[in-house]
Amino acid sequence: MRKRYFMPALLAAMALTCSLAFAQTVKVGVINTYTGPLAAAGDQMQRGIDLYMKLHQKDLPPGISIELIKRDDTGPNPEVAKRLAQELITRDKVQLLTGVIWTPNALAIAPLVTEAKVPFIIMNAGTAIITTKSPYIARVSFTLWQSSYPLGSWAAKNGLKNVYTLVSDYGPGIDAEAAFTKAFTDGGGKIAGSVRMPVTAPDFVPFLQRAKDAKPDAVFCFVPAAKAATAFMKAFDDLGLRGAGIKLIGPGDITTDEELPGMGDVAIGTITMHHYSAAGDRPANKAFVAAYKAEYGAKDEPSFLAADSYDGMAAIFHVVIAQHGNIDPDKTMDLLKGWKYDSPRGPIMIDPETRDIVQNEYLRRVEKVNGQLQNTEIETIPMVKDPWKELNKTK
Amino acid sequence: METVLDALVSILFLGLGFAMVLYIVSVGLSLTMGLMGFVNLAHGAFAMAGGYIAVTLMNAYQVPFGLALAAAFVVVGLVSAVLERTLYARLYGVGELEQVLFTIGLIFMAEAILRKAFGPLPLPMHPPAILSGQLNLGFRTVPAYRAFLIVVSFVLILALWLGIDRTNFGARLRAAVDNRRMAEAIGIDTSLLFTMTFALGSGLAALGGGLGADILAIYPGYAVEYLVYFLMVVAVGGLGSIRGPFVAALVLGIGDTACKYLVPEFGAFFVYIVMIGLLIWRPAGLFGRA
Amino acid sequence: MTDPVIAALRQSRPRWIETIPWIVGVGGYFVFPDQLPFASQILITILFALSLDLVLGFAGIITLGQAAFYGTGAYAAGIYAIHVSQEPLSGLLVAAASAALVGAATGLIILRTHGLAQLMLTLAFATLLAEAANKASFITGGNDGLQGIAIDPIGGRFAFDMFGRTGYVYCLIVLFFGWLLLRVLLASPFGQSLVGIRENVTRMQAIGAPVGGRLLIAYTIGAALAGVAGGLLTQTTQFVGQSVMSFERSGEIVIILVFGGIGRIYGAFIGAAVYMIAQDQLAKSEPEFWNFWIGLILVLTVLFARGGILGLIDRLRGR
Repeated sequence: MRKRYFMPALLAAMALTCSLAFAQTVKVGVINTYTGPLAAAGDQMQRGIDLYMKLHQKDLPPGISIELIKRDDTGPNPEVAKRLAQELITRDKVQLLTGVIWTPNALAIAPLVTEAKVPFIIMNAGTAIITTKSPYIARVSFTLWQSSYPLGSWAAKNGLKNVYTLVSDYGPGIDAEAAFTKAFTDGGGKIAGSVRMPVTAPDFVPFLQRAKDAKPDAVFCFVPAAKAATAFMKAFDDLGLRGAGIKLIGPGDITTDEELPGMGDVAIGTITMHHYSAAGDRPANKAFVAAYKAEYGAKDEPSFLAADSYDGMAAIFHVVIAQHGNIDPDKTMDLLKGWKYDSPRGPIMIDPETRDIVQNEYLRRVEKVNGQLQNTEIETIPMVKDPWKELNKTK
Repeated sequence: METVLDALVSILFLGLGFAMVLYIVSVGLSLTMGLMGFVNLAHGAFAMAGGYIAVTLMNAYQVPFGLALAAAFVVVGLVSAVLERTLYARLYGVGELEQVLFTIGLIFMAEAILRKAFGPLPLPMHPPAILSGQLNLGFRTVPAYRAFLIVVSFVLILALWLGIDRTNFGARLRAAVDNRRMAEAIGIDTSLLFTMTFALGSGLAALGGGLGADILAIYPGYAVEYLVYFLMVVAVGGLGSIRGPFVAALVLGIGDTACKYLVPEFGAFFVYIVMIGLLIWRPAGLFGRA
Repeated sequence: MTDPVIAALRQSRPRWIETIPWIVGVGGYFVFPDQLPFASQILITILFALSLDLVLGFAGIITLGQAAFYGTGAYAAGIYAIHVSQEPLSGLLVAAASAALVGAATGLIILRTHGLAQLMLTLAFATLLAEAANKASFITGGNDGLQGIAIDPIGGRFAFDMFGRTGYVYCLIVLFFGWLLLRVLLASPFGQSLVGIRENVTRMQAIGAPVGGRLLIAYTIGAALAGVAGGLLTQTTQFVGQSVMSFERSGEIVIILVFGGIGRIYGAFIGAAVYMIAQDQLAKSEPEFWNFWIGLILVLTVLFARGGILGLIDRLRGR
C-alpha cells in the first residue's frame, strides 16, 4: 500500500521543495525625493516605476517577485542619501539599488556600492562623471552633454551665429553650458555672453534683460525642470525677447512634457534637444503614453523622468529574469552592459565600455497640435554616446 | 544709450512689480509682529493659501479674476481670524522660540496637505486676456500684467495707509502698537483689535499671493522658500510699521533686480550685504522704534 | 536670578540621572549593531544641538545661522583630508579652529544687535557663506559636493568601516568631551554670567561684567562645537554636501533644540534623538506625507508641552 503512494508523495515533495527553492523575492532599494521643494521630480520618477511594475508584473516567472523598498532623500542631501543607501544595503539587504535624482547623492553613494558590490541603476542624475565613480553603476537616463552637445552642433550649422548662454549655477547647468559651448564654438559660432544664475533666484528678469541687451540670435538656457522652467519661459516673453526675434533653445529640461500645458502659448517655437518627448511617434511610446494616461488621468503627460524610470525598471526586470532571481553583482553588470531595449524613447542601449546610456537625441520644436502644446520631434540624431566621455577618452 | 535707457526702464519696472508683491504680503507680518509681538513664521502660508484659492477658482471654476482675488482675501481673512481666536491667542504669552516651533509646525502641515491635494507642481496662472500681453506706452512696450500689478498695488497701499491714518480702527491700531498697556487703560479692546489686525494682515497676504502668482510661483514649498524674503522686508522696514516695509521692499526688490542685472555672477550677494548694512545702521529697522 | 539648570549643574557631584544618555549610548552599540550609521548621525546632531544650546539657550543670542559653523567645520575637515592629511583627530581640530574663526569674526558684528535684527544678521551671514562656498567650487566641489575624502584609521588602528562601527564609537567619544566641556563651562562663573546677561543685560553692565566679551566667547565656543560636529559628519560619511550650510539645516537644529527643551543641555539629547527617530520612522511608513505628522507633533508640543519634551517630563514628574 505504501508503495503506491510513494512516487506521488515524492513528486509532490520535490515540487514543493523546487517551488520553495525558486520562490525568490528580489529586493530593490529605491532612493527618491518624495518631500520638500523638489518633490515634483520625484513624483514623476515614482510614476514611471509604478507603471512598469503594474504592467509587467506578469512577465516575471512564477515564484519570483520584486520588492521595492522606497526611501526619501528629501532633496540633494548626500549624507542622508548615503546613510539611506547604507541602511538599505546592510539592514534591508537589498540586492539592487536604483532611483536617485541628484548628482551629489549619486556621488556620495558610489563608493558604497563599490565596497558592498551592489549594482546601482541610476534613473536620473545626469552629470557625466557619475558612471566613472564605480564599476557597479549603470545609468539608464541621460547626460547633459548628450543633449546640449548635439544642440551646439546643430545651432552652428543652422544660422545661429551668436548665442547667449544662461544656466543655473549648479552641476547640470554647468555641464549643459560646457557641452553647448564646446560644440557651438567648434562649429564656428560665437558666444555673445554667458551667465550662471544662482539656483535660488525666484526671478529671471535681470539675467534675461542682460541677455536681451547683447542682442544675440538665440538664448541657450538650462534651468531645473518644473517650477523654474515655467518662470523662465514667462520672463522670456515678458521682457520682449521673443518679440525681438531672439530664439530660445536648450536641452529638453526647459520644456518638459508635464509642465508644457501650464506654460501656455508663450512656449511655442522653442527649440530643444532631448531624448524623450511624449509626442514621439513610435508604437512603444504610444502604448506608454496611453497606459500612463489610463493610470494617472487623461490630462497628465509623462515627462522624461517617468520614461527614464520606466526603462530603469525594464533593465531591472531584465537582470532579475535572466538570473532567475539569483542576483550576482558581477553577472548583473555583465547583463546590463550592452543591454538593448525598445523604449518609449526609441532604441536604447547601455554602453558596455562606460555603462552609460546610448540613445537617440531628438531635435524638437514646441507646437500646438489639436489645441495641445507638445514637443514635436523634427530631427533624429541616432544612438548618441555621452560626448564628454568620448572627448575625454584619451585622458 | 537707447539700450541703457531701455534696460533701466525694464529693471525699474519689473523690480517694482516684485517689490510690490513682497510688500503686500509682508505688511501683515510687520503688523502682527509689531502689535502682538507674535513671531508668525507661517505668515507665508496665508499668502500661499490665498494663491491656491484664487488660482484654483480661476482655473477650475472660471471665476473672474477680480472675484477670485476677493474670495481669497475674504476666505483667508476669516479662516485666519478663527485660527487666531482658537490657537494663536493661547500662545501670546509664551516665548518667541515656542512661537517659532508652533508656526514652523503649521507650515509643515500646510505644505503636506497642499502637496497631497494639488500635487508638487506650481499652479499655472493665466491672467485674464485684457491684462495679458504687452502694453504699448509709446516709447516702449511693457508686460501688461506687471503694469497692472504695479497700479493695483499702489491703489491697495494707498487704501491701507488712508485706512490706518484716518479710521477709528487705524487709530486704535496705532495706539496699541505704540503702547499696548496705555491703550488698554483707555478702554481699547486689544483682543478684538488683535483678531481684526491678524485677519487684515492675513487677508492682505492672501491677496498678495494671488496677485503675485506670476512672480512668486504658487506651490507647496512657497511658505518656506519665500519666508526669508518676508522676514527681510519686515526686519529692515521695522516691526509694527506700515511705511517701513514699503521702503524696505523697494530697496530690496529693485536693488536685487538691479544688482543681478549689473553683476550677475554676484548679484545674489547684494540683498544680504545691503541688509547687513541697513541693520547695523538701523537695528530697529528703517522706521522701527528702538 | 539663579537659573535652576545652572544651579543644578553647580552641584559638585553629577546626578545619577546624567549617566543615562551615556548608558544608552554605549548600550546602543550592542543593541542596534546594524543601525550605527543612523545612530552616529543622531550623536552628531546632538553635538550640533548642544552648540546651539550654549549660544541660544544659555547666552540668549538669537541665531538662525548656526549651520554656517557646522558647514565651515565640515568643509574644513574635508579640504584638510584631501589636501593636507587624512588623520582624523587633527582634522577635527582644524574644523573647530576654522569654525571658531568664522564665529568670532561674525560675532563681532552680530553681537552689536539683538532681537529680530540679530536673527536676520545671523541668517544673512550664513547665506553669504553658503553662497561663497558654492562659488568656490574648485575647492568645495560646489553643488556636486566634495568627494574623494578618505580618512585614516583613528590612532592608526581603528579604520572606518561600512557598518559604521568605528564611526559610532568615535562620535560617542567626541560627544562626551563636547558635553563635558559644556558642563564644566556652564557650571563655572562664566556660565553664571551668561545667564545673567540673558536675563538682564543692563544689570550685568551695571555690575561691571564684560558683557560683550562674554557673549563673544560663548558665541565662538558654540561655533567651534558646531564645527566639530560638522567635521565628524565629514569624517564618518566621507563626503560634504552643500546642504551642510543651508538655511534648512539652521532652522532644523533650532526646531530640534526647542522641541527637546532649550537651555537644559539634555534637551539637545532628547530632542535630537526623538525628532530624528520619529522622522525616520514616519518617512519609511509614509514617504509622501510624513512631514504632516512631524508638523502636527510640533504644534501639539507647543500647545500642550510647554518647554518641549523635557518640560513635559517635568510636568509629569510633578515639578
